[in-house]
Amino acid sequence: MAEFALPKNSKITEGKTWSLPPAKPGEERKVRKFRVYRWNQDDGKTPQVDTYEVDMNDCGPMVLDALIKIKNEIDPSLTFRRSCREGVCGSCAMNIDGGNTLACTKACEDIDGDVKIYPLPHMPVIKDLVPDLTNFYAQYASIKPWMQTQSPAPARERLQSAEERKKLDGLYECILCACCSTSCPSYWWNSDRYLGPAILLQAYRWIADSRDEMTGERLDNLEDPFRLYRCHTIMNCAQTCPKGLNPAQAIGEIKKLMVERRG
Amino acid sequence: MSNPTKTMRTPLKKVRGLGAAKDGVQHWWIQRVTALALIPLALIMLVALLKLATGDHAAVAAAFRHPVFAIVALLAVLAVFWHFKLGAQVVIEDYVHSEGLKMASLLGVTFAVFVVGGIAALSVLKLFLGV
Repeated sequence: MAEFALPKNSKITEGKTWSLPPAKPGEERKVRKFRVYRWNQDDGKTPQVDTYEVDMNDCGPMVLDALIKIKNEIDPSLTFRRSCREGVCGSCAMNIDGGNTLACTKACEDIDGDVKIYPLPHMPVIKDLVPDLTNFYAQYASIKPWMQTQSPAPARERLQSAEERKKLDGLYECILCACCSTSCPSYWWNSDRYLGPAILLQAYRWIADSRDEMTGERLDNLEDPFRLYRCHTIMNCAQTCPKGLNPAQAIGEIKKLMVERRG
Repeated sequence: MSNPTKTMRTPLKKVRGLGAAKDGVQHWWIQRVTALALIPLALIMLVALLKLATGDHAAVAAAFRHPVFAIVALLAVLAVFWHFKLGAQVVIEDYVHSEGLKMASLLGVTFAVFVVGGIAALSVLKLFLGV
């Protein structure tokens, strides 16, 4: 059956509290608490939520700034992925304040109360905020995310009209951060067979590309009760996408093409 | 999912699995067609049955003897049970992951739909024929 409760070894307990040292005379502080999921496979413990106090007067505005400050100044064992710090690489995708988003583009100011930070939901955890995305990347590889053609390569670039290029807007911006797929209940229950919103949006990106000649084969590869049709238009994907994209709409377009080619 | 001791298959081997079933479009399409059909059918049946509920047995029997009403009722039965079967199938496939239990539940739903739907259709026919 689908898992509705956490397995025994995933039950979360209260962890350590890392308080700030007393303020120096005349020092003005704006203290915020960051409650962060901690787990590693070495200490044999179940996951814990550690509480870190951070002085926001001495910290950048984004959640990622706070995480980096915690790692640099408070607890170097805190583990998370990050790279570009400007919403382009997708590395720092995590569950912040109850929603999946990028730590680097989520402002602490926009969060009420304590800042709660967990790894992307329903993924195996490698350590702390680092999920295992092996299956997600394999699914991406399975849709062959590159241009495929039958006609021989032209001497110059493959041409595309401005109108045709426009069809890729809202698709090409996807950075594969996995926020959408890991927010999707259907992906939680059936990620072994359902491709999930991110991968289906990417699949549609190549179906919609006027230069790609393997549209039929791409549709063939998706025509499956699980790969495509586990999407039940729950719309969490569009709700959570930190780039403001709409994977559900892309999936809808694929479903329309499936019907169109039948008759 | 990523337990290296369990299997030595590559992640891509697992994802590619048994390949695409080349199926699912018909299921998706008919679920929408029956949903569309049920908008008028369900409305008509709801209004008619509420009206008939205040009358006596003779009034009900008279209504069902009208061929148009009998056909609408029969179509409503068909659409409701077809739509239900497709929907229940999706729910089971979503949540039941043990192959044996899944197959048993799917068979159970299919049989139940045919039995209950058959009884409903026969009841409409019986009233229509007045036997």
